[in-house]
Amino acid sequence: MSWRYLLKKVGGAFLTMAVVVVFNFFLFRIVDRDPLAKYRGRSKLTPEQRETMIRRMGLEGSKWDQFVVYVKSVFRLDFGRSFDSTQPVLEEIKMRLPATLLLVGVSTLLTIFIGLYIGTKAGWRRGSRFDKASTSASMVLYSTPEFFFGMLLLAFVAGRTGWFPTGGLRTVGADHDFVGNILDRLHHLVLPMLTLTLGYLGSYALIMRTSMIETLGEDYLVTARAKGLKDSEVMSRHAVPNALLPSVSLIAISCGYIIGGAITTETVFSYPGLGLATANAIQNNDLPMLQALFMLASAAVILFNLIADIIYAFLDPRVKRVE
Amino acid sequence: MKNSDRLIRAMIWDRRRRAFFGVLRELRHDRPGFIGLLLLTFFGLFALAAPLIADRSALLAASGRNNPDLAAPSAKFLFGTDEIGRDVLAQLVWGSRVSLFIGLFATLVAVVIGSVVGLVAGYAKGKVSAVLLAIDDFFLVVPFLPLAIVLAVVLGRSPLTLAIVIGFTSWAGSARLIRAQVLTLRERAYVERAQALGAGSWHVIRRHVLPGVAPLIIANATLIVPVAILTESTLSFLGFGDRLSPSWGKLLDGAQSSGSITINAWWYFLPPGLCIIGIVLAFTMLGRALERIFDPRLRGR
Repeated sequence: MSWRYLLKKVGGAFLTMAVVVVFNFFLFRIVDRDPLAKYRGRSKLTPEQRETMIRRMGLEGSKWDQFVVYVKSVFRLDFGRSFDSTQPVLEEIKMRLPATLLLVGVSTLLTIFIGLYIGTKAGWRRGSRFDKASTSASMVLYSTPEFFFGMLLLAFVAGRTGWFPTGGLRTVGADHDFVGNILDRLHHLVLPMLTLTLGYLGSYALIMRTSMIETLGEDYLVTARAKGLKDSEVMSRHAVPNALLPSVSLIAISCGYIIGGAITTETVFSYPGLGLATANAIQNNDLPMLQALFMLASAAVILFNLIADIIYAFLDPRVKRVE
Repeated sequence: MKNSDRLIRAMIWDRRRRAFFGVLRELRHDRPGFIGLLLLTFFGLFALAAPLIADRSALLAASGRNNPDLAAPSAKFLFGTDEIGRDVLAQLVWGSRVSLFIGLFATLVAVVIGSVVGLVAGYAKGKVSAVLLAIDDFFLVVPFLPLAIVLAVVLGRSPLTLAIVIGFTSWAGSARLIRAQVLTLRERAYVERAQALGAGSWHVIRRHVLPGVAPLIIANATLIVPVAILTESTLSFLGFGDRLSPSWGKLLDGAQSSGSITINAWWYFLPPGLCIIGIVLAFTMLGRALERIFDPRLRGR
């Protein structure tokens, strides 16, 4: 991988993030003429309170002055105070970030591994019973809103059997030792994780199946077979690595969907992460919180895409020649 | 002159009509596509028949005043009642209109933006194309649900605004597809011939390039509708939309926030969820079938 390629991709990622930052200002300060009107529902602000809020939120002076103040505060990671809790937004986010990272991280890994495995097998044995069954199942999974899975799991698994807690991050008031605490948290993680995994498994399997089928007719597979390799070796050493290539960038883009899915999943299970914070911020018109969450989600997806571009260049040496 | 114009127009329409029936004929032999079409017809009739199945007044908050809350299905209420005693079936049939309207309107917005950007970015060279591609890249990368959320918070929560917001956030993929197709079309001999005869860009795009990408646009639009409906249900579930004219997603929001899950009031949350799955499956199967029909390279997938 050449330095030029790397530099170009990193530069592109920073540029996209800069556009997100500018877009955010445009949306919340120019399209929205009076952000304060949304402060804490309909409770009226006294003129003095209004003055304080305007100063605190950097709404003084011309739009250009405001923009300078805004950009400086973004660099300091100062997103103001939540309309709802009146705590600094950064603190609120820091508090909830680990829970979401755990949920989204584990679910993403599970989705990628299971989805790619199913897609590989289905594509390799195209038209087989496994292919037909898994493709139909993937289509249904793809068509189901992930929060509906959550509701089904809550009603028919947690509600009926009582095997799993119906929500939250851990048992409130329980006194566990270190290991017990970890087990308790994992116990609470199972259903939300299952919801998110089921919600996005289908699309990953379908993507991988399509790219597997695309490799089937390639000459290098004929060569590999002619060399006398076993079917499983042809698949794992020649077909899969090539089929993975187009999947990598598609998967990076769909990571954005999983982040979106975390919003509703956490809402269904009252799982106190950033997704639940987003849902609450929508209910309360909590603009400072929403701005920060939007920028964080964008930054995460942009980072993911950058990583995918770098992985891509490692997997496919042709990339640097094309660039 | 007038007569020959009319003749040409008649020939064009004749060709289009034959193409349309040809697609229908091929759909009959494509099993998933045909099932999708049947499902879609069913949901379409369901939405059209709403006034026959339930009176619109059953959506008003006051209509449930004398009914039991969260009552199980009975002869009077086939799908039971919600947390304020309203008939769930009435909300389900009228909700089909809301979900379909938002899904279709959002798709219209997305297809118009996506086609214009794709056509211009593919046909124009140089700076115009580069700027459009950069904008397209931005919308492809930025996570679209958070983007739709911040837009809807600022612009408003009505169904129409939701449809526009969803359309505005989901055109980037189709613009990319259409551009790729335009890039190959513009090198074709008949396009070059038209240009050599002195046709302007606008004429070439409208008369020669657009008809070439039209099948792609139609198949792609059919695949945007299910995504738009899913997005609508997600946004409604998170609190956008109108509780008094609920879409299927809004019904799920009501089911969730009223605690119907804890008491296992399945008649409240199961039907709207299954309807969403059904309509999304229908559009997806039909769209994928259209892709197969229009692009023979995809056959056998």
